[in-house]
Amino acid sequence: MQKPVNIAVSNQKRLKLPIDKILPFLIPIILILGWQVSSSLGWLSSSVLPSPMAVLQDGIKLTQSGELPKNLSISLYRATVGLLIGGSVGFILGFINGMSKTCRLLFDSSIQMFRNIPHLALIPLIILWLGINESAKISLVAIGTMFPVYINTFHGISSVDPELIEMGKSYELSKSQLFFKIIFPAALPQILVGIRYALGVMWTTLIVAETISASSGIGYMANNAEDFVDMETVILCIVVYAVLGKISDLVAKSFESLLLDWQNTGRSNV
Amino acid sequence: MNTNSMIKIKNVNKTYDNLTALQNINLDINQGEFIALVGMSGGGKSTLLRLIAGLEQPTTGSVSIESDHTKSLMRVMFQEDRLLPWMSVLDNLSFGSKDKNTKAHAQELLELVELGDYADQFPNQLSGGQKQRVALARALMSHPQILLLDEPLGALDALTRRKMQDLILDICQKQNLTTILVTHDVEEAARMADRIIVMKNSTNTYEEVCPKNRNAGQIGIVADRVLGEILEEPNIEKQTA
Ligand SMILES: Nc1ncnc2c1ncn2[C@@H]1O[C@H](COP(=O)(O)OP(=O)(O)OP(=O)(O)O)[C@@H](O)[C@H]1O
Ligand SMILES: [Mg+2]
Repeated sequence: MQKPVNIAVSNQKRLKLPIDKILPFLIPIILILGWQVSSSLGWLSSSVLPSPMAVLQDGIKLTQSGELPKNLSISLYRATVGLLIGGSVGFILGFINGMSKTCRLLFDSSIQMFRNIPHLALIPLIILWLGINESAKISLVAIGTMFPVYINTFHGISSVDPELIEMGKSYELSKSQLFFKIIFPAALPQILVGIRYALGVMWTTLIVAETISASSGIGYMANNAEDFVDMETVILCIVVYAVLGKISDLVAKSFESLLLDWQNTGRSNV
Repeated sequence: MNTNSMIKIKNVNKTYDNLTALQNINLDINQGEFIALVGMSGGGKSTLLRLIAGLEQPTTGSVSIESDHTKSLMRVMFQEDRLLPWMSVLDNLSFGSKDKNTKAHAQELLELVELGDYADQFPNQLSGGQKQRVALARALMSHPQILLLDEPLGALDALTRRKMQDLILDICQKQNLTTILVTHDVEEAARMADRIIVMKNSTNTYEEVCPKNRNAGQIGIVADRVLGEILEEPNIEKQTA
């Protein structure tokens, strides 16, 4: 028997690629061009919306002065540490509740109760407890990201096809094999959905926290610029958020295609 | 009762809620015997197989397996292939084991089911029949003594089906396996089995012992008789009447 040859398919893909690559950028490019043209023609007052060029120049200036890199890296640090803590706690809780009925009965309803409190409502409390230092921002991000990871891990693990688990048991897989070969890979797509969602929550939380109480970070930068009616920097911060959000989404996506490469094979995906 | 019977099924009943899937089933299966279980859809064939495999417990009665070995005694090939979509074909056999011998054994079995070139493919790149062959190879991985096959050839075309029948027979004879094959196909049962058990309904079974070294004519006769028994179903409508 021969291995299937799929030259035809890959050829087709290669031809399509340029358009596939260009299309997603089309609307942003048109928007920015339109914006620049409107500003240049004076339709848009710079006190309402400064031109893209002005924002770009502001960005270059702040990068050279070191202010943007400094605030960016502190925000990235808070985001990453918060996500790592919240994601780990969420994963562990989702894991034990997915695997053990006793844990589920013990924890799940309490967790669901906490989940219904909007975590941003905790900001005053956390400021009172922890002040405005790093731990306050990091714990807010951790709390915000914990729930999406928890729910999706829990759901992913508890909805693994019971037929596959039965197969694993009857083929005498050990407990750890059962988890690593069957349960975890089966739950992984759902867990990654949770992580991707958590990334969104991570930025929103951080921005709000930094805007309300911080002396550094992108959110602080925007808030500070507002006090000085520095329109360029305010817009610049918003653009930075958009870029950061997009980058984290891309990272999550590439994780997905890396870890779930088996999903990209076969007919279901054509 | 035979002294070297390997599987003993005694007065087995199995009910799901209000539904009686099996009622008072008795069956003795000898070491090395090839049994075919045939019957109408929903007649309880898979249920009986699952009871033998220990995947479910009988409501009453007992299923006992006699053997000196305890490990890797039985392997089920399920009605669905139940391959792991995230593992390559080879890893589906070895469960991702890094052990060289395990991998080599897996590759050997893939060659045996004529899928040697597909080791690195993923299950969703295979056809239905190819998946079933991978599942068969996986069932053979641990050198089982008892092979339980639930319609293993259901998705195959007549030609591949015939080849696979011979392959399974060959493997079972060479390794002296005790085999239970569930099938819809009476021809298949008559060709392969030493003994055919017809599950007429939840209660009644009919047994047909097949002649040794049978020719095509004898297979046809056995198949006809078995089919007649299946279709007869004397008291199937009693409950509704
Ligand atoms: N887990 C279950 N819960 C409830 N009823 C069940 C369950 N498993 C099987 N049954 C019922 O038991 C009866 C026998 O089912 P079984 O799967 O053994 O049939 P079968 O002979 O294998 O049929 P087929 O040839 O279609 O596979 C059916 O009426 C089915 O609805
Ligand atoms: Mg069945």
